[in-house]
Parts: sequence; structure tokens; C-alpha cells
Amino acid sequence: MTSILSSTRTSTRGGASTPPRDSPTALSHTSHENDSLHLSHHGTHRLSSPGNMATEFHNLHEMRHSAALANKVFIQRDYSQGTACRFQTKFPLELNSRMEQALFAETVKTLNSYYAEAEKVGGQSYLEGCLACATAYIIFLCLETRYEKVLKKISGYIQEQNEKVYAPRGLLLTDPVERGTRVIEISVFEDHCSGSSSPSSSCNASGGSSSTSSGDRGSR
Amino acid sequence: MSAVMITRKVRKWEKLPGKNTFCCDGRVMMARQKGVFYLTLFLIVGTCALFFAFECPYLAVHLSPTIPVFAVVLFLFVMAMLLRTSFSDPGVLPRALPEEASFIEMEIEAANGNVPAGQRPPPRIRNVQINNQIVKLKYCYTCKIFRPPRASHCSICDNCVDRFDHHCPWVGNCVGKRNYRFFYLFTLSLSLLTIYIFTFDIVHVVMRSVDSGFLNALKETPGTVLEVLVCFFTLWSVVGLTGFHTYLISLNQTTNEDIKGSWSGKNRVQNPYSHKNIMKNCSEILCGPTYPSVLDRRGVMQQDDSPSLTTAATPSSTSDSTVPQTTKPTAPLIPNEHTPDDAKPSIATSTEISTSLTEESESTAHKVPPLASPETDVEASIAKAAAH
Repeated sequence: MTSILSSTRTSTRGGASTPPRDSPTALSHTSHENDSLHLSHHGTHRLSSPGNMATEFHNLHEMRHSAALANKVFIQRDYSQGTACRFQTKFPLELNSRMEQALFAETVKTLNSYYAEAEKVGGQSYLEGCLACATAYIIFLCLETRYEKVLKKISGYIQEQNEKVYAPRGLLLTDPVERGTRVIEISVFEDHCSGSSSPSSSCNASGGSSSTSSGDRGSR
Repeated sequence: MSAVMITRKVRKWEKLPGKNTFCCDGRVMMARQKGVFYLTLFLIVGTCALFFAFECPYLAVHLSPTIPVFAVVLFLFVMAMLLRTSFSDPGVLPRALPEEASFIEMEIEAANGNVPAGQRPPPRIRNVQINNQIVKLKYCYTCKIFRPPRASHCSICDNCVDRFDHHCPWVGNCVGKRNYRFFYLFTLSLSLLTIYIFTFDIVHVVMRSVDSGFLNALKETPGTVLEVLVCFFTLWSVVGLTGFHTYLISLNQTTNEDIKGSWSGKNRVQNPYSHKNIMKNCSEILCGPTYPSVLDRRGVMQQDDSPSLTTAATPSSTSDSTVPQTTKPTAPLIPNEHTPDDAKPSIATSTEISTSLTEESESTAHKVPPLASPETDVEASIAKAAAH
């Protein structure tokens, strides 16, 4: 599974194939996240997403271990409704060329709804609180709190979104809990669809021809 | 190059910044100064031990056996709440990683625009509207984040704590979002325990005095004198504290906000977090969700050896300033030992690629001052001016 970076189109690399870089691991993902990552060796498959969004990153493993990190975008918290955990749905301009606004909005809205569910003060949380208090909170050594259950659901959702939506576009979502639920970190990986040193935004916009030709070369 | 293989697993708590001490391989988290906490433990355990030794045998026989039973239950609850408050993570916010910190710096630079030479840059504040109230979020220079509303930086523990109430030396930890209810239950149950012991001490002495006179009664149970002394002084402080926190809970305020007078009503400033209903406020704090810790203490450290070589070696093509750049605004492409030498120039080009992606249109993109405190910001801005 030779990485895309080894293709001779990228003249700046001097034609040498760059061995897998350690820099993606500098994203400091915790070990448990790496364990849960699917290491799929299906080879590459071409995705025809609308517009010129097709990039060469077709699975998470390949992207993480062979792609170069270009940029990181941070989605901040939305405090307009109080201190509850909510993220802003404003679409960051850096992702304008990489993905559709609707998909991004859907991801953030789903995450917000998960957090709202976790932090809901209602019947179930009263019951949980009273039961726990009656046992001097020792019961939490055995049982999982509702918040922890929802956090697990969230990490499963983020994993799924990364595989289906973000990795094919050369992006990677980081679970907000790893950043103290302060930000959603989106890592933007370099897009090598042309040999020029032009910005990747114009590279994507340069037409489907370059991406389809690169897709041909990228396929095994 | 070969690295020394570290066979011991390094857990994340060992590398956490901040002045906390950790025990039990990261399961227990406390402040550094624990002396007063040991005093608290000693007072509670000591007084209860005296109670069980002197009062309980007499009262169980002469009054009712349920008295010691209830005392045991109360004592265990107090200890559980104390240990839970002291040992848990109060809601520490992890510090920003370098990329996030530089992203925030960039946003601040963009918001401030060009600061005239020699002038102090404006304070780093973000305004947020919560429930029709403008709340100012301050920037924490230590943690390099804009603090969420109600968070504050504890200088003793050197951490930003979410919904920071206060740092309690008696408990040996900060009191914040995650352990506030345990702290409240601790003070409440300790008040009850103190009142209970005090009451039954009096009852005991009275009952003995009826039999053998007051002075003889005191001679028979010397421990009671000690207990009464401790309970008397504890009563005033702990019961007062419980009352104060009950008041704060009913208004949904923190001690920090109360001391600063944030919502005191001046300038028609009202507490935006209050539900304006005492029951709702109390239920939110006491029966709300139990927040898990976002500080990963027991995770295993990645043994990655990517150095934090921020691209100081990469010349920036548009900048001709002589300001030493310790950070790059974006694209923290970190060259490591795997990057072949011929690929290193490509980092410069990709730096250009990514800087063109940013919102910064001015050349100040390459003149970001080092991530530092406000004092050095002034120096940096003066140096910037000197470089022109």
C-alpha cells in the first residue's frame, strides 16, 4: 500500500517516496482510540463525491500514517445558551474547499444533541443522583454514569463519521472529550492532486480532470 | 539513531502540567499542600473515635442502641464525601495543545488589528451573550485558552477549573464542577454529625450528672470534654459554611462569583445562569448529571518522539522582520527524523500553501508574537515596530 505521496507528480518531494511520517501521531490521539481504529486494508477505492471533492485519502489508516498534516481547524463552543456543552455550527472557511456545509452542520448538530442528552436534568438524572447519594456514591464504582454512556456513543459516532465522511475528504475529527470538550479539532491533511505548489484550495478547484487522473493513478 | 527503549508504561498523569499530586497510579488527584487535609481527617476520626469509646456504650445501654448505629452511618457518609471531594478531579480543563494555542493567537491578532507602536495591546477578552447578559471570557495565559464561563484559574493548583468555586485547604483540593455536590454533602453531613455528637455529649453528661454529680461525671468521661470543645468550634464554622453554600446553591452562584460580586445587581447585572427558581437551581446542582473527568490521567503516553521543532529554521518568504519567531501561525509541519532531507524544503512551500489558507491577509501573519504573557506582548510589539 504505497502512499500517494510517492507518486512522481509531487515534484517538490524530489521523486523520493516519503516514508510514513510520525507527525499524524503528534495529533496526540490516545491509545484507546488507535486500538479502536479499523485498519482496513481494502486498498483504495475511488469516491466520486459531488463537486471536486474527490481526494486520494480513501481510508483512515492510510491517511493517518502517510499523509502530511496541513492545518487544524478548531470549532469553538457556543455559550449563547449557557454553560451546557454545545458547539458552534458556523462553517469554518478553511473547510470551504474540502467539504459541504450541510454535512458539517449535520455532524455538529448531532454532537450537540448527544451532549444535550447527556446533560439533561430530568427524571432519569434525579433517580441516578438520589440512588448514588443513598449509597454514598460508591455505586459509581460498579455502574457507569449516563454521561459516560453517552460519551461512548459519541466516540462511536465520531469514528463512523471519520470513516464515512471525513477521511475520504482528507479530514479527521478529534473527539472533543480529548480536548476537554473545549473544541472540536478537525485536522486537515495535505491534498496532493497536482504537482504544483499551488494552494490545495485552488488545486481542488482546478477541475475534475486532475482529480480523476490522480484517482486512476491512485488506484491499485 | 536509536532511542533508549523505555519499557515502563508512562501514564499521562506523570506528564500533566499543574501542581497536583497524584496517587494510586493516577486514580487520586489532590493539591500539593495536604497538611490541613490531614488535620481535618484527624479531627473527624479522632472525635468520632472518642464518641464511640465514651458515649456509645453508655447511651446504647441507657437510651437506645440505634444511637451508635446512626452515628456509624453518619460517620461513614461523612468520610465517603470527604474522600470523594478530596480525591476527585474538580473539573480541570486540560491546557491547549500548541496548535490550538497558535490558532487562538491568530484569532486574537486578527481581532486586534494593528496595534500602534509602543502601545499595550488590548486585553484578551471575548464577549459572549448568555441569556441576554454579556459575559466576558478571559484569556488564561498559563493554559492558553479562553476560559469558559464560570471557569477560573486556581493559582494553588495551577489549573483552570470549570465552574470554579474555591480552593479548600481543609479538603486539600479545588472545589469545582465535578466535586461541588460532594463538598456540599460533606459540609452538610459534617454539620449533622457535629450537632449529633454535641447533643449526645450533653445528654450523656447530664445523665451521668444526675447519677453522680457534674464533676464526677466529667472525671468518668474525660473524652467528652474534648469532644465538646471540638464540636463547639466546628459547629460555628461548618454550620455557617453549610448555610452559606445552601444560599449559593439556591441562587446558582459560585463562591468565586459571590466574592467578586459578579452578579450583585450593580448596573442591572443579573446572574444569567440562575433559573430564577430555587428548586430548579438546587436540583440542577444536586441532582444534575455527574460529569466525567476530561483530564485523561490513566491513559498511556504515546511514545512518539516528534520534537516540538517549530519551524524556526524555515525562512518565511514574505517577512523581513528580525523578530525571532518561536511559533508559526499555521501548518505546524513538524519535521522529524523520518523526513528525508530533500523533503524539508517542501515544508517551506507547504507553509506557504497553508498560510494562504488562513484568514490573515496582512503580513502580520508571519509576525505572530511568541505565545506569552501581556508583558512580553508589549516587548514584541515594540520589537515589531523597530523591525519596520
